[in-house]
Amino acid sequence: MLSVKNLMPRTLNQLSKSTTIHAVLLFYTLIALFPIFVVVINAFKSRKAIFNDPLALPTTDTFSLVGFQEVLLRSNFGLYSWNSLVVTLLAVGLVLLLGAMAAWALTEYKFKGNIFIAFLFAMGIMIPIRLGTVSILRLMVELNLANTLTALVLVYIAQGLPLAVYILSEFVRTIPKELTEAARCDGVSEYKIFFCIILPLLRPAMATVAVFTMIPIWNDLWFPLILAPGENTRTITLGVQQFVGQYVTNWNSVLSALTLAIVPVLILYVIFSKQLIRGLTSGAVK
Amino acid sequence: MNSTTKNDAKRPFPWHLIVFLFPALLIYCVFSVYPLIDTLFLSLFDEQQGQAHFVGLNNFITLITDENWSHAFWNALSNNLKFFIIHMLVQNPIGLLLAVLLSNPKLRLSSTYRTLIFMPTMLSVVIIGFVWQLLLSPIWGISEEFLYSIGLGHYFDAWLGKESSALLTLSLISVWQFVGIPMMLIYAALLNIPDDILDAGVVDGANPLQTFLHIKLPLILPTISMVSILTFVANFNAFELIYAVKGALAGPNFSTDLMGTFFYRTFFGFQLQQGSESMGAAVATLMFLIILIGVMLFLFFVQRRIRRFQL
Repeated sequence: MLSVKNLMPRTLNQLSKSTTIHAVLLFYTLIALFPIFVVVINAFKSRKAIFNDPLALPTTDTFSLVGFQEVLLRSNFGLYSWNSLVVTLLAVGLVLLLGAMAAWALTEYKFKGNIFIAFLFAMGIMIPIRLGTVSILRLMVELNLANTLTALVLVYIAQGLPLAVYILSEFVRTIPKELTEAARCDGVSEYKIFFCIILPLLRPAMATVAVFTMIPIWNDLWFPLILAPGENTRTITLGVQQFVGQYVTNWNSVLSALTLAIVPVLILYVIFSKQLIRGLTSGAVK
Repeated sequence: MNSTTKNDAKRPFPWHLIVFLFPALLIYCVFSVYPLIDTLFLSLFDEQQGQAHFVGLNNFITLITDENWSHAFWNALSNNLKFFIIHMLVQNPIGLLLAVLLSNPKLRLSSTYRTLIFMPTMLSVVIIGFVWQLLLSPIWGISEEFLYSIGLGHYFDAWLGKESSALLTLSLISVWQFVGIPMMLIYAALLNIPDDILDAGVVDGANPLQTFLHIKLPLILPTISMVSILTFVANFNAFELIYAVKGALAGPNFSTDLMGTFFYRTFFGFQLQQGSESMGAAVATLMFLIILIGVMLFLFFVQRRIRRFQL
């Protein structure tokens, strides 16, 4: 099919228009990446080179890993990363499983209170769970969960569920009814219908939910600071916050600590960016 | 369920429903709904000498009128409002511009631009805060040197250290980080506009600007209003950036204090002031009301009015 636009001749005017668009986008891309770039390159330089020529790439003369050595020896970066990984994986996994189960129950079955429960979950998308911090801390102390990773996992599940239930419910609605009705006629149990038919179908939507749930959990400072500030339960964000706060004057260590926190996320982002962007632009048909 | 033909009394109890719904509902209610309600309730009490007693709205009256509290409260609220307005005036228009440029169907490399511009949004606010603190530090002089090289050197200042400019600087750092969110959401909305409508506009002789103003803009208004709500909720909930760069005291002289940092200090205390659970709960309740009123206003006045433009 030919649209009207394709019939228009490619003029000089259009060429200059596309050059302008590229110039603007390129300029903004530089603004977006420049600060991260400066920090990462300087983390690999000697102290003198950091101050002498901050914008230069590390050369064989100026290359130095002294900052990384200091960070890794003086703090428990490995432990902090492990804590973040455990908390994030557990929370995201449970948000996906419990969220999918709840979304299925709320969309498939008609029962009293259905709309009320759906509304209750929907409220959680808008109201930040942080506002309940005073009571959450009290509750965790009473349950003997203060300074444990369990406390973080529980709070993050509660935080992630509303959006998960919302996105997965929308997706469950698109699954044709004939599929489940046929299974029921064959006498398949409700559990088997969910775990063997529905759950595999939900996979693409679950990938989107996973990415959206993961980022705020991995990057959170508020709850680690309040619920689990102890040395053994510190997450990477809290660890970096305290380390950098403590060694502000040691530029090598600070830059290396920031790089250690940035680089893994960037690598993950590059791997998952397609999925993430597809999630953000989901519904876009073109 | 196809139960209309069966006798309701004989229908077995729907255990599967409980199994599917209960775990999520339990965790959500215990760790989100209950704490929120309990916090609202707690704000009506005072816990002197370890004993809680009901004081009605006294905590709120103290916050709003008492001279020890009201200055800090109004300061945090007005700073937060400025923080939000800067996001609305800078972040969302830039996001819109980038989205419009990216959605150009003939643009090459658009997915590369998208991926790269969204990168800062992925990183922790804490890390971004430190990165900018280093870049803007007068000791390192990176930004000073950079400004001199483009002829603006004498404009350089310790922006983060001055009362007059610290809040603006932090707002712009936050804008820099989160511009990817409006960009992506508006970009998706622009992609969703059917070709026929745009082609019809071209046939009618509309130039690109007219096409944008009269066809695209009305169609993406719901998305823009959604972006505004998201910005509002996120801004009135902001904490990490200020805490990372300025600490809990939100210096210099509280000029960067937002509701989030004010809440943290009220709850945990700072320097000579003791932390208070009930006052903290009162601050949280006010934040809750502000967010709720903001969301309601958007939904009732903005979302309703633009619904007629939707396809």
